[in-house]
Amino acid sequence: MAHHEHTADHAHHDDKPQGITRWLTTTNHKDIGTMYLVFSLAMFLIGGLFAMVIRAELFQPGLQFVDPGFFNQMTTMHALVMVFGAVMPATVGLANWMIPMQIGAPDMALPRMNLFSFWLLFFAFMLLLSTLFLPGGAPASGWTLYPPLVLQTGNAFPVAVFAIHLMGASSIMGSINVIVTIMNMRAPGMSLLKMPLFSWSWLITAYLLIAVMPVLAGGVTMLLTDHFFATSFFNPAGGGDPVLFQHVFWFFGHPEVYIMILPAFGIVSEILQTFSRKPIFGYEAMVYAIASIAFLSFIVWAHHMFTVGMPLAGQMFFTLSTMLIAIPTGVKVFNWTATMWRGSISFEPPMLFAIAFLFLFTIGGFSGLMLAIAPADFQYHDTYFVVAHFHYVLVPGAVFAIMAAVYYWLPKWTGHMYDMKLANFHFWMSTIFVNVLFFPQHFLGLAGMPRRIPDYATQFADWNMVSSIGGFGFGLSQLLFVYIIIKAARGGQKATAEVWDNPPGLEWTVPSPAPYHTFDTAPEVK
Amino acid sequence: MAHAAHAHDPHKYYIPHGSTLPFFGSVALLVLMIGAALFLSHVTGGGWVLIAGLALLFTLFYRWFGTVIAENQAGIYNMQVDRSFRMGMMWFIFSEVMFFAAFFGALFYARQLSLPWLGGDGAKGVTALLHPGFEGIWPFGGSGPDRLGPNAGGEFEVMHAWGLPAINTALLLTSGVTLTIAHHALKDGKRGILNLFLALTFILGFTFLGVQAYEYHHAWTELGLQLGTGVYGSTFFMLTGFHGLHVTVGAIMLLIIWFRCLRGHFTPERHFAFEGVAWYWHFVDVVWLGLFVFVYWL
Repeated sequence: MAHHEHTADHAHHDDKPQGITRWLTTTNHKDIGTMYLVFSLAMFLIGGLFAMVIRAELFQPGLQFVDPGFFNQMTTMHALVMVFGAVMPATVGLANWMIPMQIGAPDMALPRMNLFSFWLLFFAFMLLLSTLFLPGGAPASGWTLYPPLVLQTGNAFPVAVFAIHLMGASSIMGSINVIVTIMNMRAPGMSLLKMPLFSWSWLITAYLLIAVMPVLAGGVTMLLTDHFFATSFFNPAGGGDPVLFQHVFWFFGHPEVYIMILPAFGIVSEILQTFSRKPIFGYEAMVYAIASIAFLSFIVWAHHMFTVGMPLAGQMFFTLSTMLIAIPTGVKVFNWTATMWRGSISFEPPMLFAIAFLFLFTIGGFSGLMLAIAPADFQYHDTYFVVAHFHYVLVPGAVFAIMAAVYYWLPKWTGHMYDMKLANFHFWMSTIFVNVLFFPQHFLGLAGMPRRIPDYATQFADWNMVSSIGGFGFGLSQLLFVYIIIKAARGGQKATAEVWDNPPGLEWTVPSPAPYHTFDTAPEVK
Repeated sequence: MAHAAHAHDPHKYYIPHGSTLPFFGSVALLVLMIGAALFLSHVTGGGWVLIAGLALLFTLFYRWFGTVIAENQAGIYNMQVDRSFRMGMMWFIFSEVMFFAAFFGALFYARQLSLPWLGGDGAKGVTALLHPGFEGIWPFGGSGPDRLGPNAGGEFEVMHAWGLPAINTALLLTSGVTLTIAHHALKDGKRGILNLFLALTFILGFTFLGVQAYEYHHAWTELGLQLGTGVYGSTFFMLTGFHGLHVTVGAIMLLIIWFRCLRGHFTPERHFAFEGVAWYWHFVDVVWLGLFVFVYWL
C-alpha cells in the first residue's frame, strides 16, 4: 500500500542536500538515527580503547604502563563514554530509526528538536573527551562523581559538569520526542496494546529519562556550586553531607541502568518472536513487566550505597524493594523462554545474540540479587564482584542486544544482507571472550579484590591475566563488527522487504532499504 | 515548498524540511559552556566567551521561535502538530519539576537527616565525641559557637516568611488569577481584556523579580545570609535563585506573547503558545508555594 504512493512522491521528497550539509541540517529520523548509531559505534571503540588500557595495566600485578592517576581517569572516562556515549545513543539511534516505522508515523513528532538532541550530544562528548588534554587530566573520581574526591579534579571539573548538563538536555529532548511520537503519531488502528514491544520499551524508557536526567543535572549543579560558590550541600562543615550526593546520584543512577536495559528487552522480544516463528508469549504481561520494573527502579537506589551507613529500616526497605524487581524480570525471562518453546527456531546472528543475552543477562540478574542483600553486600561492595555483575548486565546484556538489533535491522537500513558467516564468527568470538573477560571477575571480587585500583596483591594475578586475555580478545572481535557493518553498507546481496521469515511489524512492509520518508499517509493497521 | 500542500490535506502528514537551527543552537550552547568553564577557571577572556555564548543563544531563540511563529501564522501546522507541541511542553514542564525536586530533596535531607546526624542523632552519633557542644539545629549556617568548619560566614539571620516573601506570594498568586482572566478573555474573543490582563500579569511577574532582588540584597548585605552561609544559605539561594531564573524566563515569555496578542495573533480555538506560557507560569507559581512553605515558613 504505502509503497506505491512513495514512488510517485519520491522525486520531490528525496531532494535532500548532499555531502556534509545533509548531516548538519537533516530533520529526517533515519538520517538522525544513522548519525546516532555511527556516533555510538565510534564511542564504543573509544570507550573500548580506555578499557584496553585498564586491562593492560591489570594484566600483571605492579605498575607497568600508566600511573595510578591516569588509571583512575581511564576507569572514569571508560564508564562515562560507554554509558552516555555508546549504549544510550545506540538505543536512541535504534529508536529514531525504528519507532516511526513500527508505529506507522512519517517521522519523529518534533524533527528539528530531534536534530538538536543529536548535535548537543556530539558537542557534549567533544567537551568531555577534551578533558583528557586539560591541566590535571580528565575526571578521575569514577563515573559516580562522588564528592569530596570529584571536587579535587583539575581544570576538567567545570568542563565535565557542563558536558553532563548538555548530555542531559540532549536526553530530555530526545525522550520528549519519543513520548510525543508514540502518544501522538501512531497510525490509525495502532492501539497502544498492538504496539511492538521495542516501541513499548522505549516509551517507558523515555519516561524514566525525563524523570531522572533533571535530578542528575541538579546533583552536578550542587557539585559545581560547592566547588565555586562556597555552598555546603556536600560539606559537613556547613551542615551538608557527602552522602546526600550519593542519594541524588543514585536516584538518577538506578533508573539509568534500566534506561540502558529496557530497550534491550524490547529488542530481544522482537527478535525471539521472529526466529522462533511464534508471537511473543504473554504480550501484555511483557508490557506490564517493563512498566513495573520502571516503577520499582525509582525506589531501590540506596542499594548502591549500603556501606555508607544508613538506618536499619532503610537497609531493609532497599533490600526488599530490590528483591521485588526479580518478579517482573522473572516474568520477562520466562516469557522469552516460553516464546521459544516449541517454536521452529533458526539461528541467524540476531537470534544467536538474543539467546546469549537471555543466558548471560540472567547471570548478571542473579548476581544482582546477591548484591541486593544488605549484609552480603557489605562483603561485595566495591569489589570486582560488582564489576562482574554490572558488566554482565551491560555487555552481554545491553550491548549484545544492541548488536542483535543491528544484525536484525541492518538489511532494512542498508538494503543489503551482511556477511552471515562472518557475523556468526563475530558472535562466537564475542560470546566466548566476554565470558573469559568477566566471569573470572566474580572470583576476584569474592576473594576480595577491590575495584578501581591499578595494582593488586599477587594472589589475584592469575584470574586478572585470564580476564585481560578475554578483554583483548573481546576488543579485537569488535573490529570484525565494524568491518561487517561497513561491508554491508557498501554493498552485498539485495535484501527483500521482509528480510527474515515472516517477521512481525510494520517496518517489514516497506522495501529495503526503507524509503527516505516511510509513510506519507497513514498505513492501515488491522 | 511542499508545506502549503500539506497544510490543507488532513490525510497527509506534516514533515518539516531541513533546518540549520539545531546545529547552530548546539554550537551556541557549546560556546556558552566553554565560556562558563573558562570563566570559572579564571582564564583571561573567559567572560567574553561566556557573553558570546549568551548572545548566540539569544539569537538562536529569536530565530527558532521566529521560524515557528511564522510557520504557524502561515497555517502550516495541522492539529496533529498542535498536539505534539502541547505534549512536548507538558513533558518539558515535568522535567523542570524533577529538577526542582532534586533541590527540595537536598533541603529535606539536610533538615531532617544530615543535620540531626551531625548533631549526634542516630547510630552514627560520633559528633558528640569530635565536636562536644555542637548542636545541629535548623537553620544552620555553619557559624557561631556551633561552627564546625572554616568556610562558614559570620552571624546571620533567616529571611522571615511574613515580610517580603509574603508580598511576593501575593504578587505571584494574583498574577495567576490575571493570567486566567486573560485566557478566558482570549477564548471569548474579548481582545481588550486579554491585552490588559496579560499586561498586568507580566507586570506582576517583573515586580516579583524586583522584590526578590531587593530581598537578596537585604539578605546578602544586612542579614549576613549568603551562599556560603552553611547549608541554610546554600538551599535558600539555590532554590529561590533557580525559581527566580524561571520567573524571569516566564515573564519574558509572557511579554512576547503579549506583543503577539497586540499584533492580533491567536484565535479563540487555537493559541498553543499562549497556553504553553500559561502552563509554565502556573508551574512557576506552584514551585513558589513549595518554596514559601518549606524554605521561608516552616
